[in-house]
Amino acid sequence: MTPLLQVEGVSKHYGAHLGCGDVTFTLWPGEVMGIVGESGSGKSTLLNCMAGHLAPDAGRVVFDTRMHGPRDTVTMTEAERRWLARTDWAFVHQNPRDGLRMNVSAGGNVGERLMAVGARHYGDIRAQAQDWLGRVEIDAGRMDERPRAFSGGMQQRLQIARNLVTGPRLVFMDEPTGGLDVSVQARLLDLLRGLVRKLGLSAVIVTHDLAVVRLLADRVMVMKDGRVVEQGLTDQVLDDPQHAYTQLLVSSVLQV
Amino acid sequence: MTAAVVHGAPSRRPPTHPLREGAQVTRMSAYNFAYLDEATKRMLRRAILKALAIPGYQVPFSSREMPMPYGWGTGGVQVTAACLVPEDTLKVIDQGADDTTNAVSIRKFFQRVADVAVTDHTTQASIIQTRHRIPETPLLEGQILVFQVPIPEPLRFLEPREVETRTMHALEDYGLMQVRLYEDIARHGEIARAYAYPVRVEGRYIMDPSPIPKFDNPKLDMSPAVQLFGAGRECRIYALPPFTRVESLDFDDYPFTATKAAGQSCAICASAVSYLDEVVTDDAGGRMFVCSDTDYCAARVAAKQGDAA
Amino acid sequence: MIEISDVGKRFVLHNQGGVVLPVMAGASLHVGRGECVALTGASGAGKSTLMRMIWGNYRCDEGSIRVAGLELCGAQARDVLALRRGTLGYVSQFLRVIPRVPALQIVAEPLLAQGIEEDAALMRARDLLARLNIPQRLWSISPTTFSGGEQQRVNIARGFIQDWPVMLLDEPTASLDAANRAVVLDLILEAKARGAAILGIFHDTGARDAVCDREVDMGAFLPGRAAA
Repeated sequence: MTPLLQVEGVSKHYGAHLGCGDVTFTLWPGEVMGIVGESGSGKSTLLNCMAGHLAPDAGRVVFDTRMHGPRDTVTMTEAERRWLARTDWAFVHQNPRDGLRMNVSAGGNVGERLMAVGARHYGDIRAQAQDWLGRVEIDAGRMDERPRAFSGGMQQRLQIARNLVTGPRLVFMDEPTGGLDVSVQARLLDLLRGLVRKLGLSAVIVTHDLAVVRLLADRVMVMKDGRVVEQGLTDQVLDDPQHAYTQLLVSSVLQV
Repeated sequence: MTAAVVHGAPSRRPPTHPLREGAQVTRMSAYNFAYLDEATKRMLRRAILKALAIPGYQVPFSSREMPMPYGWGTGGVQVTAACLVPEDTLKVIDQGADDTTNAVSIRKFFQRVADVAVTDHTTQASIIQTRHRIPETPLLEGQILVFQVPIPEPLRFLEPREVETRTMHALEDYGLMQVRLYEDIARHGEIARAYAYPVRVEGRYIMDPSPIPKFDNPKLDMSPAVQLFGAGRECRIYALPPFTRVESLDFDDYPFTATKAAGQSCAICASAVSYLDEVVTDDAGGRMFVCSDTDYCAARVAAKQGDAA
Repeated sequence: MIEISDVGKRFVLHNQGGVVLPVMAGASLHVGRGECVALTGASGAGKSTLMRMIWGNYRCDEGSIRVAGLELCGAQARDVLALRRGTLGYVSQFLRVIPRVPALQIVAEPLLAQGIEEDAALMRARDLLARLNIPQRLWSISPTTFSGGEQQRVNIARGFIQDWPVMLLDEPTASLDAANRAVVLDLILEAKARGAAILGIFHDTGARDAVCDREVDMGAFLPGRAAA
């Protein structure tokens, strides 16, 4: 089996400040990887370097492309990266406003990726959009409404549908449950878990919420000050943390 | 300045330095031929040649101040000025008509600054500058059609960042354009866009054909004439060389249709196939439909009268 | 199927002055096919700790733990995950689930994770829930609102839905009434009969005597004693 994503020595500086330093890991098909750490620990920088939104200063991000096998996405052309971004990759933003077109209907939002890869049959596009709205539990009757009229949880579910409609193989998620009520979060987590399972998705999830990581991630990476301080099996890292920072992080969670 | 040199036919012109070619002051005025200085015309011609070489691609150019406000065809006028030679016969139309303000003033402008022959007849013109129509009479090889363009960027209202739209063109990232048509069907049951209907040029660039009615879109395809588009305020020139494939965007199950006022024919010439303007005739709801292309309409009327005589 | 030799474990509490707590030393045991072995010893003797180390939940610091051929000390996360998916089953004392997911789905999950058809997986889940006397009206409800005994039985159903070659059972009969206890003991005996290697913690001596072939006293592996 070929790894889906190999991150090798990725570093990113913002001037003199270290964004993330020398990060290396391998993601295998079907795995969900969590990246935890507090604000400013470099987890979002790392995610953006992986997803091609930021160019790392050093290192390689090798993705196993469908057509040409493993390729370094850092050195591929912008056109190739964008093609990946609308086919094999998906990116779920923390704020649905960043990931949705707010002045386009829900159906249009879901259909955009299909049209971007050449779908030209309105009826088919609409049927697929409707199917996906159903899967993320959005009533088909609201298909032609704009996301502005949706609640935060619905917007986030719409963003997920929009991302998954083209059957991506790797999903990047940046705090997918941030900014949502606890009850809405649970529903979204359950939904994500089901989708990851059913579609055999691989995912990298950035979050500061250890509960999210425990429920969704097979493996976890703990970051502090731009460096990875510990990584391993999610329940092992959370239940038997080795590094001082991880112990602090785990013990800081309020027990309900 | 004094009008010392008499402008005449090219063959009778005294030999001049190549860079000074055509730089004589005309009999009509103290302006250079066709208003613009030669360096500007050269810049424009380079942009036009590049645009012809990459059909549908928007070429930036340094638009000049023209003696008319933006929105009155400054882009088209500059492109026309760059193409004009003294032997040309110019036709200017505004929404199909030769006799409306915009058409009349631009025609007068070129008569004054270039002293070229003018005509109302599509078949006799070598250059036609148009605002928002393509003549009904099929264009011929050797003719140049110059469009006035208000907004050259078809993706503008979908993506406001120019850097991003240029990247989208470069990478053929056109899903968004299709989303716009999708939204139309979802909301109105059909693609509601009736003018400035986006087209794909030679399967590559998506292009705004200027605000011509979508009725005219099929005329863009495989036209024997050179079609040039000038946007003065936006500083862009783009072009369709002769016999270029131009497809209107659509969906497989919602194909493009070139529509016009349904079931109506011209009240003057009775044409059932030309594009019609609706004219309100009184305050009691009276209205009539007449050809938007005045030359086409007049020619049909004249032909009928000839037959009758 | 489970081979443990010279396993030691200590916890280092970095945020409490770097205190080092050794909890286990020199632990060794072996569980073969079709065998059920009970871990015994007083509270704090490290029974659950060892179970968690075999599950891969706690890190193994020294020695060797091999489950179905895989060395867990220093194993790659994906190898541990693969082991849990296909080979190693674990019935813990507590049910940890996402609110909103119905009991039936939770029970069927290990099969679904293996890519078994949803219909077949749900069928098996229904059989087990029925056998463990969970009323049918509760199947479509999230177990978060169930009683302790009901939660425990959902957990057991989930643990036994797959024919694991190796199983870890942490107090499977605690908080069960006599009838359900008998069902669980039957499930364990059936698993043994098909050749599963089982390691369990049973405080219920009756249950232990009924299913276990041997006992291993974890008290023997306490660090102080091992040193002495």
